[in-house]
Amino acid sequence: MNQTSATARPASIEFGPTVYHVSRGSHGEAVEISDFDLWYGAKQALFSISMGVEAGLVTALIGPSGCGKSTLLRCLNRMNDLIDGLRIRGRISVAGQDLYAPAADVIAIRKQMGMVFQKPNPFPMTIFENVAYPLRVDGIRHRAMIAETVERSLRGAALWDEVKDRLHESALGLSGGQQQRLCIARAIAGTPEVLLMDEPCSALDPIATAKIEELIDELRGQFTIVIVTHNMQQAARVSDNVAFMYLGRLIEYGDTDTVFTAPKNERTQDYVTGRFG
Amino acid sequence: MQAGAHPQVSGGDDLVAARRAHRMRQVRLYAHLLMRSPTSVVGMVIVGLFFLLAAFGPWLVPYPADGAGAVNMDRMLQAPSAAHWFGTDEMGNDIFTRVILGTRVSLQIGLVITLGAAVIGVPLGVLAGYVGGWVGGAIMRLTDLFLSMPGIILAVAIVAVLGPGILNAVIALTLVWWPGYVRLMQSKVLAIKTEPFIEAARALGASTPRILFRYLLPNCVSPLIVKASMDMGAAILGAAGLGFIGLGARAPTPEWGAMLSVARGYLPEWWWYAAFPGLAIYVSVLGFNLLGDGLRDILDPRSQSA
Repeated sequence: MNQTSATARPASIEFGPTVYHVSRGSHGEAVEISDFDLWYGAKQALFSISMGVEAGLVTALIGPSGCGKSTLLRCLNRMNDLIDGLRIRGRISVAGQDLYAPAADVIAIRKQMGMVFQKPNPFPMTIFENVAYPLRVDGIRHRAMIAETVERSLRGAALWDEVKDRLHESALGLSGGQQQRLCIARAIAGTPEVLLMDEPCSALDPIATAKIEELIDELRGQFTIVIVTHNMQQAARVSDNVAFMYLGRLIEYGDTDTVFTAPKNERTQDYVTGRFG
Repeated sequence: MQAGAHPQVSGGDDLVAARRAHRMRQVRLYAHLLMRSPTSVVGMVIVGLFFLLAAFGPWLVPYPADGAGAVNMDRMLQAPSAAHWFGTDEMGNDIFTRVILGTRVSLQIGLVITLGAAVIGVPLGVLAGYVGGWVGGAIMRLTDLFLSMPGIILAVAIVAVLGPGILNAVIALTLVWWPGYVRLMQSKVLAIKTEPFIEAARALGASTPRILFRYLLPNCVSPLIVKASMDMGAAILGAAGLGFIGLGARAPTPEWGAMLSVARGYLPEWWWYAAFPGLAIYVSVLGFNLLGDGLRDILDPRSQSA
């Protein structure tokens, strides 16, 4: 008779509090996530996530499939908005601005957050027009300015030398790795504060992957980068901080060396050493 | 920056030429596909012929006055002859003239119903598909409600309330026709909205109207054209049906369904009175359906049978 909410939910595993290794805020935080919950319909996918993403650094989100890392990433630029039955609670702020405030301008938010997807998705346009796209969306007509931004972005994405002679050919003629670097160029052409990368190398071969990783390293400092990856080695190579997520919870978060070499939580240990996942 | 190596921003003539070549190739491919399917050529010829008749009918017919319902008792109910190819009706009007003039009435009705249904249905479908949530749910339930009743019965009920007449028949048929477009667009938009190119545009800060008009709608045009073509035939049939039971066009308007309704009383002795308007309905509906089938094969490469 007196049993109330305890029976409503299946018995959940006890995780204990999130382990933080970083003295949060040492570099200043570009993104601040506090007590963030998310539901897909009746199913809760994220459980009170709290973490700060340090400005100018590379933060990797790792964890087994379905742990909520992509969901969390896609909350950072509100790409989840169109999903039916999505509910959130808590707060995410970028540069002090609440993303989910009722008055928040979604378009302005997305312009601050460049995004690179799992599969390269250039538009079926020329290489030049792909990179110029964020400026076109802004209604910029100034030709010299557009050309300059395109060159700067392509150089920034380490693609300029490969494509400078065929800027006006279709972007679909590029190789997969080149297309992904083009997508990175397109993302940084809008001069975002944060770059979100959702498994950017999972569709690429090892050589193209190495180039993207090099590129991420070069972009460190210029942009705050949040990268979702399934690849432990990649997280270890490119990231400054690592967040380990499991079943919608943030289990452990801290600088990469500590999380990989001296994890506090047993599950983190098992995952980073490849015992499950 | 090396000024010399800097590419021209304009895109150059090469790009324009390439685009033109692409368009030419596309036209050639469509022409090739069309010619390979004889039935769609037949459909296109029939539909083309009906449009020509609708446009120029009043100048082609031998007895233009008969369209408005003249009374020529001296030549009533004559069998087909050289002077009256399709014979004459009970008022002595030339049936050939009235069938030809009826083309315009029927095509107008078909076009207005189809366009009206699309104008109502497409935005609702896009809204339901893209926004989803309770708005989409409400739209889809309303659509289900309309789809759960046979269209023609509902149209009869609506005309009964509004009163008989061509305009009211068109209004009634439009009101029962739009749910099909909601269904079509909702499912298309649902499928397309998570495609990588839409995701990319959204992530780069493209506004919702830009995504809707630049990316979603253009990718839904092919099925829309196919459905509209099929619906033209069905709408003509529906309007003729309402005319036949006396709720649509009425004599002396030269409308096929209304002509059939009167001609029914003269069967089987004066068979030509019913046969030719009926044949006109049959051929026009067939033409639009064949055209629709052909367009589907051409516009949607995936639907092609081997």
